[in-house]
Amino acid sequence: MVRVIVDGTPVDVPAGSSALQACEAAGKEIPRFCYHERLSVAGNCRMCLVEVVRAPKPVASCGFPVAEGMEIKTDTEVVRKARRSVMEFLLINHPLDCPICDQGGECDLQDQAYGYGSGVSRYDEPKRAVTDKNLGPLVKTVMTRCIQCTRCVRFCAEVAGTPELGAVSRGENMEITTYVEKALTSELSGNLIDICPVGALTSKPGAFQQRPWELKKTDAIDVMDALGTNIQIQARGGEVKRIVPRVNDEVNEEWLSDKGRFAIDGLLRRRLDRPWLKVHGKLQAVSWQDAFVAIARRLEGVPGSRIGAIVGDLCDAESMMALRDLMISMGSPNLDCRQDGAHYDVSDRANYTFSSGIAGIDEADALLVIGANPRHDAPVLNARIRKRYLEAGRGGLPIGVIGDMGSDPTWAYESLGAGASALADLMADGNPFLEKLKAAKRPMIIVGQGALTRDDSPVVLEACALLAETVGAVTDEWSGLNVLHTAASRVAALDLDFLPAEGGRSVRGMLSGGVDVLWLLGADEFPVHGIGPDTFVIYQGHHGDAGAARADVILPGAAYTEKQGTWVNTEGRVQRGFQAVFPPGEAREDWRILRAVSDVLGHTLPYDTIEALRERLQVGARHVTARRSAAEALSDSVLSKPFASSGASYYLTNPICRASATMQECASVHAPHAAVAAE
Amino acid sequence: MLSDKDRIFTNLYGQNDWRLAGARARGDWSDTAELIARGRDAIVNEMKASNLRGRGGAGFPTGLKWSFMPKGDGPVPRYLVINGDESEPGTCKDREILRHEPHKLIESALLASFAMGAHAAYIYIRGEFFNEARHLQIAIDEAYDAGLLGPNAAGSGWDFDFYIHRGAGAYICGEETALLESLEGKKGQPRMKPPFPAGAGLYGCPTTVNNVESISVASTILRRGAAWFAGLGRPNNCGTKLMAISGHVNTPCVFEEELGVPLREIIEKHGGGVRGGWDNLLAVIPGGCSVPLLPKSVCETVLMDFDSLRAERSGLGTACMIVMDKSTDIIKAIARFSQFFKHESCGQCTPCREGTGWMMRVMNRMVEGRAEIEEIDMLEQVTRQVEGHTICALGDAAAWPIQGLIRHFRPLMEERIHNYKRLHGGAGRIDAPSPATLATLAAE
Repeated sequence: MVRVIVDGTPVDVPAGSSALQACEAAGKEIPRFCYHERLSVAGNCRMCLVEVVRAPKPVASCGFPVAEGMEIKTDTEVVRKARRSVMEFLLINHPLDCPICDQGGECDLQDQAYGYGSGVSRYDEPKRAVTDKNLGPLVKTVMTRCIQCTRCVRFCAEVAGTPELGAVSRGENMEITTYVEKALTSELSGNLIDICPVGALTSKPGAFQQRPWELKKTDAIDVMDALGTNIQIQARGGEVKRIVPRVNDEVNEEWLSDKGRFAIDGLLRRRLDRPWLKVHGKLQAVSWQDAFVAIARRLEGVPGSRIGAIVGDLCDAESMMALRDLMISMGSPNLDCRQDGAHYDVSDRANYTFSSGIAGIDEADALLVIGANPRHDAPVLNARIRKRYLEAGRGGLPIGVIGDMGSDPTWAYESLGAGASALADLMADGNPFLEKLKAAKRPMIIVGQGALTRDDSPVVLEACALLAETVGAVTDEWSGLNVLHTAASRVAALDLDFLPAEGGRSVRGMLSGGVDVLWLLGADEFPVHGIGPDTFVIYQGHHGDAGAARADVILPGAAYTEKQGTWVNTEGRVQRGFQAVFPPGEAREDWRILRAVSDVLGHTLPYDTIEALRERLQVGARHVTARRSAAEALSDSVLSKPFASSGASYYLTNPICRASATMQECASVHAPHAAVAAE
Repeated sequence: MLSDKDRIFTNLYGQNDWRLAGARARGDWSDTAELIARGRDAIVNEMKASNLRGRGGAGFPTGLKWSFMPKGDGPVPRYLVINGDESEPGTCKDREILRHEPHKLIESALLASFAMGAHAAYIYIRGEFFNEARHLQIAIDEAYDAGLLGPNAAGSGWDFDFYIHRGAGAYICGEETALLESLEGKKGQPRMKPPFPAGAGLYGCPTTVNNVESISVASTILRRGAAWFAGLGRPNNCGTKLMAISGHVNTPCVFEEELGVPLREIIEKHGGGVRGGWDNLLAVIPGGCSVPLLPKSVCETVLMDFDSLRAERSGLGTACMIVMDKSTDIIKAIARFSQFFKHESCGQCTPCREGTGWMMRVMNRMVEGRAEIEEIDMLEQVTRQVEGHTICALGDAAAWPIQGLIRHFRPLMEERIHNYKRLHGGAGRIDAPSPATLATLAAE
């Protein structure tokens, strides 16, 4: 620790801190534009100038290292004057178009001009204008407003790992640009909007929609991937206008994936807003009561073993608990949450979660990725891998990949092969990468859905476990065998044992007439067309997607923004989101629907409030009993086909983003170019 | 006045052979191995004792700078980087070294690199210096062929390589950290200091950046001894210096002169006097264009060295003076400098990026007189707001000439404003830009 004196107050800060951090530790507010905690220091805005005793000139506190006994003054005439003049310089070429600027109300330039500016302009010369750039469907630019802080350039280069932005030209003519106009390829590009301190980079889909002070802000959890990004839903009236990330260093730091941020227009389209019932092959709008009665009639006399339930990828734990309780009470063993047919070893919670924790990536010193594409599966997690990769320096974090990585993962890796056989090769003695893993103190293995959704997955899983043991990835203080999920509901479902009970059928077994009545809770990502023609399908969910198209009864549920719920992320972290808006029309929160229908079916669920249901959750989530999955039934032979990365576009992985016009546009912008015959 | 026996650059005008044979005849490379045999510390101490101050403009003691390099051998390489990006207007001294004394530079670079433990030196040459880079490359090739560079350079036991990197024409790349950025292949923008290059410079390794002239004199200083060099000039302003005179003198030239000689004597002797006689002198800018000008009254007595010029609130800079006689429109001259700095500002930090343009625009109006009297004060304040608030010294350099103008020629500026008002009628400001301004704007 180093003791420095800030405005007469001594504070102790860690050695290597900057003067700015020391000032913050002393409770002094230092205005800044270019400095950002999670980016490298540029020191170019000069707003954070402070006086250091015995320094000849005011120094930029963001990049000035502290020294023992250093005296910093943050509120002298020199400092105030420096801030006023920097503010004046920033504003002379700024268009001052706050009334039509989307950043208005949450603009650093605006706020700091009020706090530190002089209030008048002495600049009478013509102002600079800069051509706007087209950065694709998500980020809107008004480059005349840019103050050249280069946060965006540093974000792209450092965090996102897609160094597509840069500055061209010198002096006054300096512009931030992609040079050759192109859409940003990053899945984290929306964060540029957050880090831009002015209105130069704003949301394109959300342009001119709202003012920040009009929005009601609700804390929630993102469900577009299994990371459980902490988000804040900002809504006006009944409409979600914007989603921004909250800071949680354990999970998402302060980033949010583009899907989580921009899929919100999908919440307004293709919504199921009233119950429907298929009568003579045609869906008709009915009342809740009629829908419930129809279900009760159909279930009459159907034995439990002929009833099945599948939960989708976006479900909250409460509704899954309620559905499971309902199914059990009707005697059904046919429960499944694995729409993609994945295999998990559920004997221990550590075996199906990202058990080192997401923050564990910061400690890993060797990494093996098996059948996962972190950049698509969880972009924010991928940024964390990149952060660790950069931090470790060249060769500091050896990364091996088994499977097809598709696009550039933003970190350098060694390709070890495509399929399960590569795993066997790796296990062979003397494999150079195996040695690297063995040499590492905290080796990490990330197993993705590509490796888990195959017929030979049980064998692959066992091989992974064996490998983890061989290289010392699982010890008393380090649990480095991680499963990277893609479905937000999956870990909660596994925790709640939403799996086939003794003699029950899996998703595949429930298809082709395996059950007579099938309850789909937001399940759209399995081969819906494979459901037997005589199976009676109850679809409970929020979007008119594949499941609803096949349904005999549709029960309109609530999307994740419209209900309070509990989600468990890929590392097994239990997080709660709150209700931001009301479900549209007659749609209701899912657990309430299940509670109501249970009454009609004569299997009343024993909870009337969400608090009571949550108490039940505590019991239901007790650790599941050890049990072998269907592994033994499968041949132990390893298939030669490569680990598949999910074929779907990153932007179109669930019903909400498929309904989103923004996401559709992104998907088409980033679609692989069709081959064109030479002209 | 410097006597011929004390000259370091004896082939300054290229009158003799600049290649290896000629250089050897002048004494270069004569006992390089013995000089190196003195040892690292001896060389650094000798340089410190010589009181050589950096010849690039800032005047930081060279020996002291060398001593900042980490002692002993570290795990990472070290570098000597030579700043040959001579882009300062009115300055052309390093150019003469590069084209006529390249071996002095190469030999001195070897000595300097040995003294700071560097096995490689890079010289960053201004892109426009095509023939100079060519000469230097020929000299390097000769030196390699003669075993003076490469492994066991000059039989000294020290391995040393010397590389040329040619710049692309940005003034800012003459700033030492911007030069390093550019050398690394990035956009030439100055780095924040600390860390200083001696701690983390080129590719993050300890680096010393020196001006071509500062390095080139090293071999002679070591040969003739620090006492000889320190005995020239005035205390704290020792030795000889390459200077240049351009502008309204009868014989513009580059020459080597002792520091501390009166400016007037220099102009009379080397420049052949001011055009039209001394009384026709208006002002002198003593070092490049980034220092405040000196009016005639000061020029009468001031000495040409670091401290004397500083005492007159100017600076020695590169010691390449621009002499202006009474036919000069001094406001226009300074406005031209403002355009230069606006054009060459890298755009990284706010005060310089925005301030240089602002200053240029106001200066352009001042040239016509299309301004208000109080705008002179505003302009002065703007220069103060830029000065000392930027990452590198370009902001200071842009501010100082204007400050010098206002300090010494304010009555002229006011008169011009009054004249403009009288000609165009009315007391208020007239905003219509003149055709001349429009032409300047279009030319930008």
